This record gives sequence, C-alpha cells and structure tokens, in this order.
Amino acid sequence: MPIEFKKKPGIVAYLTAGDPDLATTRDIALAAIDNGADVIELGVPFSDPLADGPVIQRASERSVALGTTLTDVLGLAKELRAARPAAGLVLFSYLNPVVRMGMKTFCSKAAEAGADGVLLTDMIVEEAGEYLEAMHAHKLAPVFLAAPTSPDARLKAIANASEGFVYAISRVGITGTQQTIAGDAAELVSRLRKFTKLPIAVGFGISNAEHVKAVGEFADAAIIGSALVALIEKSTPAEAPAAVGQFIARLR
Amino acid sequence: MSAAPTTNLPKSVAGRFGIYGGRYVPETLMAALEELEAAYAQAKDDPTFQAELSDLLHNYCGRPTPLYFAKRLTEQLGGAKIYLKREDLLHTGAHKINNALGQGLLARRMGKQRIIAETGAGQHGVATATICALFGLECVIYMGEEDMRRQELNVYRMRLLGAEVRGVSAGSATLKDAISEAMRDWVTNVRTTYYILGSALGAHPYPTMVRDFHRVISLEAKAQILEQEGKLPTAIVACVGGGSNAIGAFYEFIPDANVELIGVEAGGRGTALGQHAARFQKVGGGVPGVLQGTYSYVLQDDAGQISLTHSVSAGLDYASVGPEHAMLHDSGRASYVSCSDDAALKATVTLARTEGILPALESAHAVAEAIRLAPTMAKTDVLMVNLSGRGDKDMGILSKELDLKGAVANADRV
Repeated sequence: MPIEFKKKPGIVAYLTAGDPDLATTRDIALAAIDNGADVIELGVPFSDPLADGPVIQRASERSVALGTTLTDVLGLAKELRAARPAAGLVLFSYLNPVVRMGMKTFCSKAAEAGADGVLLTDMIVEEAGEYLEAMHAHKLAPVFLAAPTSPDARLKAIANASEGFVYAISRVGITGTQQTIAGDAAELVSRLRKFTKLPIAVGFGISNAEHVKAVGEFADAAIIGSALVALIEKSTPAEAPAAVGQFIARLR
Repeated sequence: MSAAPTTNLPKSVAGRFGIYGGRYVPETLMAALEELEAAYAQAKDDPTFQAELSDLLHNYCGRPTPLYFAKRLTEQLGGAKIYLKREDLLHTGAHKINNALGQGLLARRMGKQRIIAETGAGQHGVATATICALFGLECVIYMGEEDMRRQELNVYRMRLLGAEVRGVSAGSATLKDAISEAMRDWVTNVRTTYYILGSALGAHPYPTMVRDFHRVISLEAKAQILEQEGKLPTAIVACVGGGSNAIGAFYEFIPDANVELIGVEAGGRGTALGQHAARFQKVGGGVPGVLQGTYSYVLQDDAGQISLTHSVSAGLDYASVGPEHAMLHDSGRASYVSCSDDAALKATVTLARTEGILPALESAHAVAEAIRLAPTMAKTDVLMVNLSGRGDKDMGILSKELDLKGAVANADRV
C-alpha cells in the first residue's frame, strides 16, 4: 500500500499504542483516519524514550506499565489495516524492542500485519544495512528522520534510504509543543528537496491548525504527535476517540 | 567462554568492539557526534593537547596515583599479595576526573561554553563541576532523584562548585534516567552544548574516548607493578557499572594473555530482575540490545523494555554496560562476576579496619571479590585491585546500613 498525501498538506497522526489501552488506541486511530488523517504512526511504547518530551514519555510509561508489548502493537496494526485498508500505517519504535524480537522477524511480522512502513527513532542511516535489506525483502517503506543539524551529505543519504516519506524534524529538540514553526523547518525541507522527490512530512511541535497551514506552505504533510497524546491524556477513554476526531477535523 | 551471540543489527564501521558499540541515536545528534569524533581525533594526536592534559593530571589531579601494597589485608587473607591502585587519592576522590578533565579540555578546544553531564554516585558530576569551575564553563548536571537522596553530600559539593544540579524523577530516578535526560538536553541544545558522558558507554566516539582518558590507570599500574614486583600481576579486579574505571585498569594488560581480568558487577539484593545490576550474569536478564546509543548487554524483559536495577552503590546501578566490556566478556578475555550489597558493605569495613582506607561503595565491590579470591591464590600470586574512589560520599548510606558493633564481628571473620 503506497503512502499518499492526497490533500496538501497531508496529516500524519502519531499515537502511543496502548495509551490508555489497546482497544481505545484502535478507536482513536479509526476516528483520526475518518476525520482526515492520511497516515497513522503507531508508536511502540518504550521504557526509555529519550527523543521524546514529557507528554509522549508519560504516555509510554502508562502503556509499558499496562504491559503493552511490540507483539500487541503488531496485533493492533493488523486490526487497523483490516478496518481501514486505504489508510497509511507506519510503525514507530525505539530500537530495543525490535532488536529483542529480531530485526528480520519484526519486519516479517510488520508486513504480515499490513504496515506500510517503519520508523525507528534511534536508527541512523549508517547503521541501517541489515534493517534496509529486511525492509526491502518485505516491501516495507523505511522512513528516516532528517534534522536541521544534518549536513547536506547526511540529508542525501537519508533521502536515498527513505521510502514513503521523509520525516523532517522541525527544530532541534525533543517532541512537544512550540509557539511557532521555526525557520529551521522551511530551510531543512528546501535542502531535502534537492535530494528527493518523496513527500516530506514535518514533525515535532506541531499542535494546531495554524502550524499545519504554515507547514503546508513548504512541505507535503504535517505530523501531529504530542498534541494528540496530550488530548488523550486529559480525556476519558470513552471521550478520547471523538476528541481526537474533532481535533483532526479542525486542522483542515 | 560463551558463544558470541549473533546480532540482529547491522555491522557498521564506526566505533565497534566486535559486534558491540556503534551509534544508535536520534538523527539530531549525529552532526554533534561527527563533530566530536573529528575534534577528538585531532586533539588525540596534538602534542599541545596531550601536554596540557598531562600537566593538569600531574599538577592538578595528583597523578601518578600510588600502587600500594596492602600488607595487613594480604596477611589477614593469607593468599595472593594484594595491591591497591589508589584512584581514590585523585583530586575529587575518584578516577572520574581523568575523563572529565580530558573532555573538558576538548570542549574548550571546540569552543563550547555550556557543559552538561549525568551522574550516578555523583563522582562524575563532581569531577565535571570541578573542571567547569577550573575552565570557567557553565555546568548543568542531571542526577536521578533517588541518587540525589543517596549521595546528598555530592549534590552539595556540585552546587558549591557552581554547577546546577537538575533532579530526574522519571523511571527508577537513577543513572539510566539521568543519562536520558542529559541526552534530551543535548538534543535540544546541541549547537551550543558539550555533553561530558561519564562512562565508557553511549554512542561512538564516547566509549573509545572515555577509555582513552582512563587508560592512564593501567599505563601507570603496569610500570609500577613491574618496578615493585618485577612481574605482571596474576589478576586485576575492578568494579563495573558503566565500566570506565575497569576498562582504564584493564586496557594496557589486554595483550598480556596471562593476566586475568575480572570485572565485578553489582549483585544487589538477589538475582531477580530489578534486584541487581549484573548484566553479564546468566540468570539475571542481561541480553544484548540497544540502550542510550550503544549496542551492548542490557537488563531487559522479554519484550525489550529496560529493567529497573538495584545496587547499594549509585555508581554501579545501571541497566547496560560499556560495549568494550561486552566484547571482552564474549571473547572470554575478561570474566565478570557479581558481588552482593552485603558483601560490598562488609568489604568496606574490612578495608577500613585492616588498611585505614575507606573505599567508595562501588570500589568495595572489587575489594569484596579480592577478599574472596586472594585466599584461593598462591602467596607468589599478585592481585591488583583498582580502588576507583573513596568512601567519603557514602557516609550517609554506611551509617544507615552498617551496625558498627555487628560490623566489628563481621570484619574479624574475614
């Protein structure tokens, strides 16, 4: 299933799987898709999410405490794929749960679950040889992160190794809110454009319609993470799917 | 010797120790790691840098540290001759200053004005705060709140030296969580900030660089033991948290195949996951994986979640271990044993009362292994213990954990 952004800018919705519980994450994801999210990034909770800010860190802690495993997340991906065959579905994880399962086993299971792609936060392109082989063997799209601090040579390698889309980090720092989308993001996207025709999605700190509109001026899609996770945190499990659905609908 | 596990990870070129090491970090940090790698490669070969480092190690820190023959302890144990490499006599009280000074000079050379560091027992934090004072750099230290409570005295020392100490309440509120928080700070402030990582772990080039700065321990020890005994030691014992003092004490002896290298991990309260920090013990849950930038043995559950750890010593209380130790473990060149909290406490009393030396609780793990091992060895054997730090910082814990009257009886029964 190719990842496509039909409207510009596209919307990528990040959810921490298992927060507040797996069944609610499924309902939230369905609501997000039905209200305009093009791609769901399904986050595998991890005990030590060092690239994430406090909001996603807390969601990860809650989900890990409930015992959510990578196997559970793959099961959830399979359900989502069955329920919404046309939506983009990317698994998002730190390396250790994947390494523990085995890189090849993981890629095979991700493909079997119907995922379109995988993003591993702490996997850089130089280390990605066997990972890329396994991803290609299963026709999965490897999505890599590009940072404002990455020099052009790295951006080129990142663009070459990526499929589906390139995840452009809007600013140096961890995930979470910011006031405005910094000039860093536009500059990074324009540098990336030199090396790829893939869609470029901008994430980190995008929390409202104004941000999404600003990102649409120079990129193909906006990635919403912490803002959704924060909304889920303050909603009851029963309210969360509708709250997320309305939030996404208002971004368009 | 255990069979080398196969890695599920690719084998890159940079910073590998066998299959271990590498770089597993958010992309944002890559430019900084590459900048650091280049700056270190240049500094390493620059005689001016090495001369300044050497001068400060000598005149500011007090190197070379003595290699002391522990005569009374040797007589009491009735086996191998025990020598103590006195890193506890260094300025700031532990081996950590070797690395903090080296990296501090590097940071200054790179023009970074803001320094961050993590600390477990506080020794690396104190060393970093010290060199920041010395070089006039801004200093922020991340420390788990549990460790701040355990090592209150060191928190005060860091603040006295002008550092800002930021408590970390996430996870187990110990070293692992402090490292994560320091990495978050670095990701955010990467353009202006130098991260002085305090042990031989993390992403390349840290494990190599930190080892190089501690290599001076074994360089000195080798010359000293040859002078005093006319031969190499039979065995070297060092405690292993992240593994920086141990790799420094082992490094020059790695090619000497007949010198046994023994690392001592924190056995804590028992073998159940969460009760110890013994990554290499077969029953304990340590499996190769990725934590905080490097591929090494990691205490984790079946789903790959990082385990909580426990040790009476904050400096050994870490879920992973430096990647070079993972290689030495798999190849069988070094062996790794564990020592319980109780044995370390008891060893503290023993060393205090036979030699008048109060070891840090971390170092006491190595002393405990020496106490266990020496009687099994011949009187002609030489056992060298790397006494990585002194115990002043541990007074609070010792006063809570030790019944001194009971300890007298224990010490008598060594």
